[in-house]
Amino acid sequence: MKILVPVKRVVDYNVKVRVKPDQSGVDIANVKMSMNPFCEIAVEEAVRLKEKGLASEIVAVSAGVAQCQETLRNAMAIGADRGILIESDAELQPLAVAKLLKAVVEREQPRLVILGKQAIDDDANQTGQMLAALLGWGQATFASKVELTADTVTVTREVDGGLETVALKLPAIVTTDLRLNEPRYATLPNIMKAKKKPLDTVKPADLGVDVTPRLTTLKVEEPPKRQGGVKVPDVATLIEKLKNEAKVI
Amino acid sequence: MSSYHAPTKEYRLLLETVAPIAELAKLPHFSEATTDTVYAILEESAKFAHEVLDPLNATGDRSGARFDAAQHAVTTPEGFRAAYEAYREMGGAALPVPTEFGGLGMPRTVVTLTDEMMHSANLSFGLMPLLTQGAIEALLLAGSDELKATYVAKMASGEWGGTMNLTEPQAGSDLALVKARAEPQPDGSYRIFGTKIFITFGEHDFTENIVHLVLARLPDAPEGVKGISLFVVPKFLVQPDGSLGARNDVQCVSIEHKLGIHASPTCVMQYGDAGGAVGFVVGEVNRGLEYMFVMMNLARFGVGLQGVALAERAYQHAVAYARERVQSRDVGAPKNPSVPIIRHPDVRRMLLRMRAQTEAARALAMATACALDLAQAHPDAEVRRAQQAFAELMIPIHKGWATEMAQDVTYQGVQVHGGMGFIEETGAAQYYRDARITTIYEGTTAIQANDLIGRKMAREGGVTANALIGTMRAFVTELAPSTHPHLIVAARRLREGIDAAERAVAFNLAHFNQDIRACFAGSVPMVKLFGIVCGGWQLARVGLAAERRLAAGDPDREFLEAKLATLRFYVDTMLPEAIAAADVVVNGAEGTMALAESAF
Ligand SMILES: Cc1cc2nc3c(=O)[nH]c(=O)nc-3n(C[C@H](O)[C@H](O)[C@H](O)COP(=O)(O)OP(=O)(O)OC[C@H]3O[C@@H](n4cnc5c(N)ncnc54)[C@H](O)[C@@H]3O)c2cc1C
Repeated sequence: MKILVPVKRVVDYNVKVRVKPDQSGVDIANVKMSMNPFCEIAVEEAVRLKEKGLASEIVAVSAGVAQCQETLRNAMAIGADRGILIESDAELQPLAVAKLLKAVVEREQPRLVILGKQAIDDDANQTGQMLAALLGWGQATFASKVELTADTVTVTREVDGGLETVALKLPAIVTTDLRLNEPRYATLPNIMKAKKKPLDTVKPADLGVDVTPRLTTLKVEEPPKRQGGVKVPDVATLIEKLKNEAKVI
Repeated sequence: MSSYHAPTKEYRLLLETVAPIAELAKLPHFSEATTDTVYAILEESAKFAHEVLDPLNATGDRSGARFDAAQHAVTTPEGFRAAYEAYREMGGAALPVPTEFGGLGMPRTVVTLTDEMMHSANLSFGLMPLLTQGAIEALLLAGSDELKATYVAKMASGEWGGTMNLTEPQAGSDLALVKARAEPQPDGSYRIFGTKIFITFGEHDFTENIVHLVLARLPDAPEGVKGISLFVVPKFLVQPDGSLGARNDVQCVSIEHKLGIHASPTCVMQYGDAGGAVGFVVGEVNRGLEYMFVMMNLARFGVGLQGVALAERAYQHAVAYARERVQSRDVGAPKNPSVPIIRHPDVRRMLLRMRAQTEAARALAMATACALDLAQAHPDAEVRRAQQAFAELMIPIHKGWATEMAQDVTYQGVQVHGGMGFIEETGAAQYYRDARITTIYEGTTAIQANDLIGRKMAREGGVTANALIGTMRAFVTELAPSTHPHLIVAARRLREGIDAAERAVAFNLAHFNQDIRACFAGSVPMVKLFGIVCGGWQLARVGLAAERRLAAGDPDREFLEAKLATLRFYVDTMLPEAIAAADVVVNGAEGTMALAESAF
């Protein structure tokens, strides 16, 4: 069984981003970039399925600038067998990425696509769902456990207030939550071997996809500075403040 | 408490300037070390240091390694064993080992950076891989094919650890006094007897076997340094099929209570109490010290790097605190409320003093590492010879200076924290305590200094030292056309520093034969002088590259401008110390020796 794992290159989670002076976005020039942590979990899950003998090939795919090759090499160092870069300097919104991935899915014919539930840059949480809709496949989002057989996948999902278990027929889409697994460190020999694994590059036009943004960003602002806290003398005051000042109860 | 983030951007800049990795990768020997692979290795190692090693540093310091006298067993602090297991799985131990012995064959230039991260995050932990690397090096240098086949691959895979057993109670700096005995056996092996002290990771719970490299004397060996041989003594004997056999007659009999590196067990090792530990000679008998000195080059290099690593860690920690701690008003705006202490000029001075010395020592280490790689792998014999000579001159300078500078940097790190610096909870004190050993083991600063002014300068008539002075002068000429104010000042200050170094070398060469005590009185100042000047030279190489990138429109202005600002601080405040050190070399001997021994 072939598994496709889309991976996104994002600002590293340790970086404190700064909003650009013109409020058009955050400044990502010269900051450290890495693989989106949820995508790492997706790669790890695919590799575990392969190690259990349930998958035969893992294809990592990334859409974005040329440097996404590093992200793909990283996925291959963790255990993906080959990589596909959909190279584009344009702003790629979730719908465009879902369309690109749909085209790749049609070419590659995987039985399972595992994505991160969201990317830590825009936190959109849309691509997996959109891809499932475009393909007409079943989807199991926010997975914390994945059990695969030859033609079904059973997924435990983290939902508000508990866990939900769903069974899907393949082909299907799974998106990963934080607790699905703990990604391994790529071993140094595997980092060196990753360089020799195949990496193909295609352009959105080759896939017949129009990636023109459908959404316009009006402005990006810093979150409001947190106000200092206050100590309250007793529960009564707390309730009074929650009621009348914060107006939350 | 801050957490450690490896300065990988800085590393990349060094790999593109003073230690050009792209050039090394052109040599067939290092063809795997392409820039993208190397950067990926650095990023993964950085993640490992941040996520696995750093969180164990303070806890390891508090609990320390423990010794069970009944079992002669050492338990490392909680979490260390698992961290080692993860390190082993990652293939960390294999990185510098040649591919034909199961390693990854990465150049020293790369290993320097991965080692720095490991030592920054957790010095105690880092010692075990460092010593294992040293033991592998010794076996590769002089071991028979059989010894290599038996031990090297297992050590490169991290399954077995290695140690270096030189020191005895009466033999520390002066290894000629080694007394451990080796008695030849009919089967060609030896029985080893004696006590070794201060053996780092002599016993531990990381690996199933420990490969001890031990200096000892044959019964008929000549006195002094020419009568010492090197032996392999495994904790468990190895069967012909590679599996582990009988427990050898070597025991850890106690571990030391120390000022720092608490998680690293420092062991007293007893050999031969039950009939003799089985040992195998490495190379030829009576040449042990000679092999050890070749290997020691790398070990000394590694300890110098620990200086850089702790300095980096202390700096990161101090900056984080200085941004947070609010105290006193800004002298320039006294009406406003109190400010974060980073705004006070003196705190700035301390932080920059930390940062500038760290960056200079790192750049010098990288230039040295690159020379070691070229000395090994360059096709042109003359290039190999020149690079080897340069590296050999640099190693005592780097070891001596980087570890002494780490004392200053970790000291400033405590000072930036004020009273909290003295309180263990903050963490700054640990770096200060841990740093203290680095000027002592693998040869004290004085021993480095003796090596520098003796073997590396006077004995060869100053050829390499004067060639270095020539190279630095040529570089200053290269700086001359620059119109950047910081580079103009750097050129002038460096020229003064190089003049000072030249005076000091001339003094050494003129007096070494007539008045050797006068030379040795100024040996440690000579290390300082060369450390600061050569560090400044490397920092200026980086600065010049930064200026060129800025001129070419590189958008990463903040980072590149910081290189030039740091260089400016360094040349203005550190180079005067070099000039003063030269003055001590040339004029300090009389005063140093004036007081009679009996008057102390
Ligand atoms: C924590 C720790 C770990 C260690 N790990 C190991 C290890 O793994 N393996 C191992 O074999 N050893 C190890 N050592 C030993 C270490 O290498 C020695 O302690 C060191 O070389 C100094 O020797 P010494 O302690 O005998 O000091 P000494 O040689 O007695 O020196 C005392 C002082 O005299 C000075 N001095 C001595 N000779 C000269 C000279 N010729 N010129 C000028 N000054 C001189 C020294 O600079 C020093 O200031 C370790 C030591 C410690 C504390």
